[in-house]
Amino acid sequence: MGSLLSRLGLECGAKEVKEEERNIRANDREYNLSYKYANNAIKTSKYNIFTFLPLNLFEQFQRLANAYFLFLLCLQLIPDISSLSWFTTVVPLVLVLAMTMAKDGSDDINRHRCDRQVNNRKVEVLIDGELRSEKWMNVQVGDIIKLQNNQFVTADLLLLSSSEPLNLVYIETAELDGETNLKVKQGLTVTGELEDSIEKLASFDGQVRCEPPNNRLDKFTGCLSLDGAMYSLDNEKILLRGCTLRNTQWCFGLVLFGGPDTKLMQNCGKTTFKRTSIDRLMNVLVLSIFGFLAIMCLILAIGNGIWEYQEGATFAAFLPKPEGVNPPFSAFLTFWSYVIILNTVVPISLYVSVEIIRLGNSFYIDWDRKMYYPKNDTPAQARTTTLNEELGQIKYIFSDKTGTLTQNIMTFNKCSINGKSYGELLDFAGQRLEINEKTERVDFSWNKLADPKFWFHDHSLVEVVRGGNPKAHDFFRLLALCHTVMPEEKKEGELYYQAQSPDEGALVTAARNFGFVFRSRTPESITVVEMGKLVTYELLAVLDFNNVRKRMSVIVRSPDGRLTLYCKGADTIIFERLHPSSKNVMEATTQHLNEYAGDGLRTLALAYKDIDLNYMEDWKKRHHEASTGMEQREEKLDALYEEIEKGLLLLGATAVEDKLQDGVPQTIEQLAKADIKIWVLTGDKQETAENIGYSCNMLREEMTEVFIVAGNTAEEVRVELQNARRKMRPDGPEEPTVRMSRNGLFCLLKKETMEDEPVNGEYAMVINGHSLAYALEKDMQKELLRTACMCQTVICCRVTPLQKAQVVELVKKYKQAITLAIGDGANDVSMIKAAHIGVGISGQEGMQAVLSSDYSFAQFRYLQRLLLVHGRWSYLRMCKFLRYFFYKNFTFTLVHFWYGFFCGFSAQTVYDEWFITLYNLVYTALPVLGLSLFDQDVNDRWSFQYPQLYAPGQLNQYFSKKAFIYTVLHSGYSSLVLFFIPWAAMYDTVRDDGKDIVDYQSFALLAQTCLLIAVNIQLGLDTYYWTAVNQFFLWGSLSVYFAVTFTMYSNGMFLIFTSSFPFIGAARNSLNQPNMWLTILITSILCVVPVVAYRFLRILLWPTINDKVRHKMRQEKAVLPAAPRRIQPRRISTRRSGYAFSHAQGYGDLVTSGRFLRRTPRSRGIVFSHTDSPLAQAKPQLYRTIVEGEEPPQIP
Amino acid sequence: MPKKELETANRPDNTAFTQQRLPAWQPILSAGIVIPGFVLIGLAFIGIGVALFLTSRNITVLEMDYTGVETTSDCYKCSAGTLPNCVCNLYFTLNETFPGTVYFYYGLSNYFQSYRKFGASRDDNQLSGDTYYFTSPLAVCTPYQYDVNNNPIVPCGISANSMFNDTFNLYQLVNGSKTVPLDGRGIAWWSDYNIKFRNPTSDPLRNAFNGTVKPPFWSKPVFELDLTDKSNNGFLNQDFLVWMRRAALPNFRKLYRRITGPDYASGLPPGNYTIEIAYNYPVMSFNGRKKVVLSNVSWMGGKNDFLGVAYLVVGSLCIVMSMVMLIVYAKFKFPDDV
Repeated sequence: MGSLLSRLGLECGAKEVKEEERNIRANDREYNLSYKYANNAIKTSKYNIFTFLPLNLFEQFQRLANAYFLFLLCLQLIPDISSLSWFTTVVPLVLVLAMTMAKDGSDDINRHRCDRQVNNRKVEVLIDGELRSEKWMNVQVGDIIKLQNNQFVTADLLLLSSSEPLNLVYIETAELDGETNLKVKQGLTVTGELEDSIEKLASFDGQVRCEPPNNRLDKFTGCLSLDGAMYSLDNEKILLRGCTLRNTQWCFGLVLFGGPDTKLMQNCGKTTFKRTSIDRLMNVLVLSIFGFLAIMCLILAIGNGIWEYQEGATFAAFLPKPEGVNPPFSAFLTFWSYVIILNTVVPISLYVSVEIIRLGNSFYIDWDRKMYYPKNDTPAQARTTTLNEELGQIKYIFSDKTGTLTQNIMTFNKCSINGKSYGELLDFAGQRLEINEKTERVDFSWNKLADPKFWFHDHSLVEVVRGGNPKAHDFFRLLALCHTVMPEEKKEGELYYQAQSPDEGALVTAARNFGFVFRSRTPESITVVEMGKLVTYELLAVLDFNNVRKRMSVIVRSPDGRLTLYCKGADTIIFERLHPSSKNVMEATTQHLNEYAGDGLRTLALAYKDIDLNYMEDWKKRHHEASTGMEQREEKLDALYEEIEKGLLLLGATAVEDKLQDGVPQTIEQLAKADIKIWVLTGDKQETAENIGYSCNMLREEMTEVFIVAGNTAEEVRVELQNARRKMRPDGPEEPTVRMSRNGLFCLLKKETMEDEPVNGEYAMVINGHSLAYALEKDMQKELLRTACMCQTVICCRVTPLQKAQVVELVKKYKQAITLAIGDGANDVSMIKAAHIGVGISGQEGMQAVLSSDYSFAQFRYLQRLLLVHGRWSYLRMCKFLRYFFYKNFTFTLVHFWYGFFCGFSAQTVYDEWFITLYNLVYTALPVLGLSLFDQDVNDRWSFQYPQLYAPGQLNQYFSKKAFIYTVLHSGYSSLVLFFIPWAAMYDTVRDDGKDIVDYQSFALLAQTCLLIAVNIQLGLDTYYWTAVNQFFLWGSLSVYFAVTFTMYSNGMFLIFTSSFPFIGAARNSLNQPNMWLTILITSILCVVPVVAYRFLRILLWPTINDKVRHKMRQEKAVLPAAPRRIQPRRISTRRSGYAFSHAQGYGDLVTSGRFLRRTPRSRGIVFSHTDSPLAQAKPQLYRTIVEGEEPPQIP
Repeated sequence: MPKKELETANRPDNTAFTQQRLPAWQPILSAGIVIPGFVLIGLAFIGIGVALFLTSRNITVLEMDYTGVETTSDCYKCSAGTLPNCVCNLYFTLNETFPGTVYFYYGLSNYFQSYRKFGASRDDNQLSGDTYYFTSPLAVCTPYQYDVNNNPIVPCGISANSMFNDTFNLYQLVNGSKTVPLDGRGIAWWSDYNIKFRNPTSDPLRNAFNGTVKPPFWSKPVFELDLTDKSNNGFLNQDFLVWMRRAALPNFRKLYRRITGPDYASGLPPGNYTIEIAYNYPVMSFNGRKKVVLSNVSWMGGKNDFLGVAYLVVGSLCIVMSMVMLIVYAKFKFPDDV
């Protein structure tokens, strides 16, 4: 606890000296302690027992509303001003503070618990020459610790030695950056020699000088001095806290940064706070309400001044004025008195209620079974509970492709071998059968090494392969040999492939199941089990893939000495290089390829060629020369490759399905109907992105035109954009219409809004990252936005994470529309954070996107439920709540205003003080909560049936400044009725026994009862969906009102608390009078009759979409017409993906270099630079490539 | 039972509440409800309105200003406030019987009992007989908390100090003048008389008030308000109670007496009457008005035409609105296409 307290000072910014350089001596605690570096204990909690109350209160009073109420409380303590007892403010304030405090407190207790759990983790620390198990929090900077496999890294460590060769360790950085693929770190050779010898480690006295703590995960600078020699340290040698050690038995590390100084902790706590547009509107409204309040108070104060001047002075005989109070001063005091009384126009409970409603609506998202994905047991999660209503206002969706629209699972779907197509199931009549879960699968049990997760449905292919068809064998042999996949065989027979792209993985897996099992590789050889027989091929060359070549080849020597080149690549490229003898096969294959492309499959053509031994010798020599030469290496190599990849014999083609997630096209169609624009931002290459665009129905054949923007210079891009725009809108103006407006607090924010422009026909735009970089430049971004917004669909391919965020920002800036970004990978984080609402796809891999998202769920298709159901309801509820809440409080308050004219503007309240205290907190709190938690205009099925219902949210129709003014006028009317009807009805009247009834207390009771009943009827009118809970809340609150009123006005309460309950008897004496009740009846009816009439006529004359659907729903008594089954049309198209392998350059270089596989000489380790090596560019990953958009466009 | 063993620990509960499927009544403002509703409300309101209006019409009220603004008024002489114990008379003639129990009210206009300070300046503890507050009244009573000699004022505060102190006697002028008996018992609320206001428990009552002074405007201390009737003395004096029940509006009337007696209990017979007024309460300075009001009551209380008229108007409006809505509905129906 002591250390926690001492750290508190540090956290408050009282760090005395800024650390400039860190100086650590290994195994020398005393030396290191002299620098007072933080130890490894972390503290994410904010408070402790003693600081909780003051700190929390301090934080809470920084909020405007709370501070305002504190100010009111102070005003109330001035006797000359106080027009209300102190409890009217204290009770709500304390309640609100207590609720917030309870929430903060429980949050902090959780953090404390978390901290304690982390701090008490055990790790082995080398102390006094022996390894001791210590708690994490006791680890000091300069300690040497030992990590075991699968342990979390305790602190930021300098890697000393490890169990693996070359001092390598493998770590997983999922907690840091969300990437689950393994990364390699390598220690210095000199420290690696320490190995696991305790003596050597204990006597290790290296001294480290390094950078001070910072939050840059990718950079480290420092140096180690050992025995007089200096070794430079970089990020390669550092293990960061938050990583996990994998595939490494043990490693030793020197603690450099502990606890709060670690890069993980330095990166924490900088969450950007998102606010909804309703929030901003609310702030503006609250401010204008303050203005309104001031005006009302001013009017009343002036009234008071005049009254005092005209009447007060003469009435002073009975109402003596205090010393020195003249009319102006009295007016001044009255102003403040009325500020107190009329404060209810800015109710403190507003913010609390809004939070409660959002929380409730967030829970509905968490609880929704229809957004729960049973396959990986992932429910939807509202990670932010403050953005709900914005879900009902989305105008633009920015979606990632891989893993979001697609499952990121590639399946080997069809193939064409030697002019014959396989993979399609035909029935007896020759019709295509639909393949689904129930279709019988091909049995691969004859193949011990088959991957059980691989499905195939066409039995004929297996028969052909098992029948020994040489072409089929060559086909799969090619697939087993020509790739850069890394095998991993943890147990005998259990193979795992680490592929650079999922397509490659799918192809190699297909080969594996059809009996050509890629087993292992060395830099010089590839071992394959061919139909159960182990065959080792000598690998002579890998002609790697790149974007220009669009193909890759391997040259292998089979055991019988035959030299073969196997090549796979884009069909167009391969077809150019075929031997004329392949013409027939080529024709048949072309037809198949067209069919495959029509199904949205990603295709590759396969070819091979036998090579003459002598030619090979020569070629190899030249290849060696070229690859070691310094000049024009790339060009020379390309020429060599070109030379040998000629005269190929076509084997066939593969078709890999980039599987869309379930329901993606339907979801996109639904969202499009809801007038939400969907932009796909992907790191994939253009062909792939287009292909997915077609298969998920965003691009359609019947579209008028699909513009492709792929210019290489700024001018080209501009011209392409302009041409596209002119084509879409030939008569449009050259300059976009930009509406300038000012907004925000005091209109300080300048806003530019670009108007939507109508176009005829449906257009789509595909723009690549290179062009996007130009288009996002300042002078062209409006052109881009204008053109893009005219299109139905926009697909940006090959974009970098930064560009994704830029696109989102661009739309946010000029469209003033609510944006949503959805993605699953680390590369989507920037756009998720930039958009108003970020959605993460969870349960796939990598938590980074989810961690920075506001909502997460497992499947893209849940997005429609999130928006069209939850978002719409949340928005509807929030707007209804706000409208009603302002209505009820304005009505409540304005009655005071009218009464001012009958009490000499003396700030006399109309109601009992207790009523004022309890009105918002008790009498009207629950019904309005019930409304805003349960209300639904139409149920979820109807919401889906009519996605148009979503439109009002986008247009801000339910709550805006206009709606607010309407509400104020409405409550003005109600307050007039609520004051003047009782006033006139009670004027000069008496009870039925002749006694007094127009006394202040009876009038107050009458006014407050009328008010409460009127606002409750209004609530009833606003409620569309009367659940039992709503009924209970409404009737309960009314009963509670009467019960509480009778109790407070009872004899007992007066006898016990004489001065607090002066209203004794008022309820009994007035509520037994028929004219009281008749007054209540007419007042409340008169309040609502115009509203009912107006709404009824409006529904008849100007029905909204909402009214129409509700009407229809009622007519059909909730018999929803069954949604028509959507049949995915088979696309007849000549478009097809050129080369399925997307993303980065392959790592054939790495495969052959052997660095990855072989124990290299020690000296290599030092030049092994992570950032430059192909390893960094092409991390072996399981079916996932995080590094999208490898080539950042060069912007001149 | 699921075919496959799926881990479903995180599956949300399938309840109507969590899935937002709570059964609910979903009324909409359809023509079938709104138009008949308006008609019904309209008819009911017109009915109530007629009843109220007729009842109100049958209530007899006789209201007479006696402030003495006009020089012709007998009370003109008193209105200047210069004459001590000024008495004036107010004559009126009834041509018909004033039926029922007749209530005698006094009324004040332009009198701001509703002023915040006026209402707040009182001490309910004191008035409930708590003698602790006799010695130290609440500060809200200022400037009538202590007198110049620092003696506590009981009852303290502006409310009490300003108590109305005109008194009235009613005579029927038949063969000279015949006193019409006025009953001042039970004119205050039961709860005020029995609970809210208590005299201190001391006998004689005046002992409890030792060391206190009367409010400066009062002519006699509170324990001498009615020396003839113990139960009407001190804080329990009915006139005091009636005054202390503060009016909500600047124009108000307060019950002064009920007219009783064998000849008058069921109404004032026709004839000439005079009200003898002990004119003490000054209102001219602030342009106030004083009046006496004679009124009988009905089930709906005193005379007030407004409520009946309001019901009639609102009821008719509802009928008219229902017609309009019917026309609009017939013309536009509801578009079936969505």
